[in-house]
Amino acid sequence: MKPAVIVNGLSKQYLLGSEIIAGQNFREMLAGMLSAPFRKFKRLRGKDETQEAFWAVQDINLEIQPGEVVGIIGRNGAGKSTLFKLLSRITTPTKGSITYRGRMASLLEVGTGFHPELTGRENIYLNGAIMGLSRREITARLQAIVAFAEIDQFLDTPVKRYSSGMYVRLAFSVAAHLDADILLVDEVLAVGDFAFQQKCLGKMKEVASEGRTVLFISHNMAAVSRLCTRGIWIDKGSIRMDSDIQSVLNHYESEFLENDLADYSASASEGAVRLQSVSVLDASSGEAGSVQIGNSCRVVVRGSARQPVNNINLALGLYDEQGHRLCLLDSEHSGHHLECRGGDFEYVCELDMLNLTAGRYKINIAIKDGRELVLAVERVTAFYVVDPLAAPHRMNEFGPVLINYRWSGPKA
Amino acid sequence: MTENTRITTVIDADVNRPMASLAELRLYRELVWVMVQRDIKVRYKQTVLGLAWAIIQPVTMMLIFTVIFSRLAGIPSDGFPYPLFVFSGMLAWNFFSSSVSTAGVSLVGSSNLVSKVYFPRIIVPLSSIGVGLIDFLVGTLVLLVMFVLYAQSLSLNLILLPFFMAGLALVSIGMGSWLAAVTVTYRDFRYVIPYMLQIWMYLTPVIYPVSFVPENWRWLLYLNPMFAWINGIRACFLGQEFDVTGIIVSLIMSLLIFVCGMLYFNKAQRRFADII
Repeated sequence: MKPAVIVNGLSKQYLLGSEIIAGQNFREMLAGMLSAPFRKFKRLRGKDETQEAFWAVQDINLEIQPGEVVGIIGRNGAGKSTLFKLLSRITTPTKGSITYRGRMASLLEVGTGFHPELTGRENIYLNGAIMGLSRREITARLQAIVAFAEIDQFLDTPVKRYSSGMYVRLAFSVAAHLDADILLVDEVLAVGDFAFQQKCLGKMKEVASEGRTVLFISHNMAAVSRLCTRGIWIDKGSIRMDSDIQSVLNHYESEFLENDLADYSASASEGAVRLQSVSVLDASSGEAGSVQIGNSCRVVVRGSARQPVNNINLALGLYDEQGHRLCLLDSEHSGHHLECRGGDFEYVCELDMLNLTAGRYKINIAIKDGRELVLAVERVTAFYVVDPLAAPHRMNEFGPVLINYRWSGPKA
Repeated sequence: MTENTRITTVIDADVNRPMASLAELRLYRELVWVMVQRDIKVRYKQTVLGLAWAIIQPVTMMLIFTVIFSRLAGIPSDGFPYPLFVFSGMLAWNFFSSSVSTAGVSLVGSSNLVSKVYFPRIIVPLSSIGVGLIDFLVGTLVLLVMFVLYAQSLSLNLILLPFFMAGLALVSIGMGSWLAAVTVTYRDFRYVIPYMLQIWMYLTPVIYPVSFVPENWRWLLYLNPMFAWINGIRACFLGQEFDVTGIIVSLIMSLLIFVCGMLYFNKAQRRFADII
């Protein structure tokens, strides 16, 4: 099959504003005032040489097959949204080209095409028309859109009176029901409640299973890992990594955390204890950041101490994605005596069996000297429990606790 | 899968490639109508009188013009009742001026759309022209009522009205899209457009007849691309003679404005999302 999207050497340059330095004396000031309109004219035309050029997206090459669900990750300002703006034709590239087959629908911001004064129904038609659908095509989908968004009784109310949740639901619903061949979704799930987020993820999964292509930007790593098959990591406007979603997420998270961890821990404890890394390793595969369901694993804490810490205690808190604490692994409480003579250290906490279902979990760490807290870092690392057999859309039905159980019957 | 799967879209840095093809505009033809509906609906939301405002406004203007220019200044009206004369001219002028002034700020006003979703940009100023057209039709009904009140009969000239409206639409689209594009970059035009239109109106025979202009200055009227359309539309209603030379000159100028407006818009639209 031919690729759904081909991106070739795509680059986008923006001009940054630079401060015009005001004249020092009256004569210069006067001259500056007189020449200001000419300078502004040049700037507005985009022909001002004093402006600094900035490449928001630089030399991106991609090929995406129909039916692929691609998660695009990266830090803020990495160029993810600019890439989407280029893909969805909102802005034009400075260099390179994009070729895509079929109709593209994008949801770059919630309620994009909505007019606050118009009713939900009127906005559905307006939005549909903006995406190139005829009135008849929209009427055919109206029922499904309204049902998915759960706004039946507010259909004829101006959207300015909608709650933000209703707004998001309607916007997502319209975009998802347009039967576009390529669907771009940019971080819209940050809003809306948990149940609706799950519903949206399910819908996107469904869209993908129909052979349509989905590109998804999100900072919600759990959602990305659940939904996507392929991951693209954008860093400073270029592709840093393009591979299967799990390995991209692992690399992304470990780098992201390690960079900040050393700096943060050094300043938080005034240099007394410096954390290098905290990583979760699957005991049998040795892979970092993801553990097969039911396997045992190790948490390795690396760092250094400037001076000996006599009564060092380490505690790891395990949290689920919603921030509920699941358990605390405290060396003092378990009676394991640790030593710290200063210099580099490595502590290992072994977990015989990780009784957690598939999902993403976070770890907080606290290091104490006796009763005194030396260093505490929240969300020091995150890891995935992967279950190759689980149905992705039922993931959140099971809860976090893994229990061995058997069913039998009927009993006579 | 949909028929659209077969459509292949290419986006590149080529400046000369038009961003929207005619085929694509066909695909989006309903959007123009939906946007016109949106603008009209939004305009009268939460008003008591609603659509009546579309009648009250021009009628009040006509009354003011009649008092000032006919009664006080004594401006002639080619032998027709001045209210009929001025209203038929105003009808045509208002179509142009409201289309152009709303089109001028239309893109800037839709910045949330332009920076967030793709559709052929030309649809934004085009739909402003559509709104002007609706106002024109409402105004025409008022004018027809006035004809009855003044016991005047309509002439056969009226069948040529679509031709003159098409000519007027041509200038309006050309001017409107050029101003829309230029306002995105230079917001100064937001302030320039109202002045420009006001001065332009007095330079066009809207509130005074052509015969009011001294014979040896009349050639100056031909330099105004609006001349033949305003004069022609009034001639359609009142049954006056058409000025064929004027029509040809205005037609050429209007085509020129239309083509230039479109070319500028096509070139400028590549930057819209970045600077809006």
